[in-house]
Amino acid sequence: MKVGVIVFPGSNCDRDMYHVLTDVFKLDAEYFWHEKGLPKNIDAVILPGGFSYGDRLRSGAIAAHSPIINDVRKMAEKGIPILGVCNGFQILVEAGLLPGALLKNTSLNFMCRWTSLIVENNKTPFTNKLKLHQKIPIPIANGEGRYYVDELTLKKLKKNNQIVFRYSEVVNGSTDRIAGVCNEDGNVVGMMPHPERATESAINPIDNKPSSLIFESLIKTIGVKN
Amino acid sequence: MAIFNVHVTIENKPGISDPEGETILNDLVLKGTHSSISKIKTAKMLKFTIKEKDKKIAKAKVQEICDDLRIYNPMVSKVTIDVFDA
Repeated sequence: MKVGVIVFPGSNCDRDMYHVLTDVFKLDAEYFWHEKGLPKNIDAVILPGGFSYGDRLRSGAIAAHSPIINDVRKMAEKGIPILGVCNGFQILVEAGLLPGALLKNTSLNFMCRWTSLIVENNKTPFTNKLKLHQKIPIPIANGEGRYYVDELTLKKLKKNNQIVFRYSEVVNGSTDRIAGVCNEDGNVVGMMPHPERATESAINPIDNKPSSLIFESLIKTIGVKN
Repeated sequence: MAIFNVHVTIENKPGISDPEGETILNDLVLKGTHSSISKIKTAKMLKFTIKEKDKKIAKAKVQEICDDLRIYNPMVSKVTIDVFDA
């Protein structure tokens, strides 16, 4: 089973993600440069964090037009699990694969700190080993992380169970404390916090198990090895 | 054909908070003697230079680019397009 990690100019969490997939969870992973296509034998796709195109215009807006996004779109339609983390989430939103917008944090500061999430949907390929309302200690690191949707879209998200994670506290002014959402089918998930920075006890001072379950959920979904 | 300067102003839709504008208003302008100011909104401006037949076509072309390439996110932002002779 192979996981594709997409690399955009300015991605900087791609190697952390690759390390966690391969060294921690023993998955087969491969980097894919954004100008190339994705092969058909990919079982899941991850868009990592970073600052694609230096956040020019706004976070994710330019990378959303990269050639590889056409393949990501096709895979999303086929039901293949796709996860966007931080800038990856912003790219999925700007590509129209997830609803909403990510605005500057209310504080206007780049925020780099630990917080915790509450699992609101444990039916996605990235949350199916987590318990509903389980708490996940996890770091955030973003300047444009304030998730926004209008009232009508918020109603739709709630109705379709598309809110995947909420912050346990008010962090950055996000609508309804939303930290992660999925598409209507549930296979495309985006989240602002960084699970790849929280799965190892050496770098997680609180509890690395809940974040690990995000990756173990993926393994449960796609199988372990070829 | 003529050259036109097209200014695209991208700003938050009404009702969506603009903490930068609020800070400029509350912590700079209103701390001086400028009490007549009631609101400040920040925006981003892109200045296009375009060669087209007339102003109307130039405006329509830039609007099309803004919509097609999602120069603004319609969930939160609106654009205002102004055309000037170069």
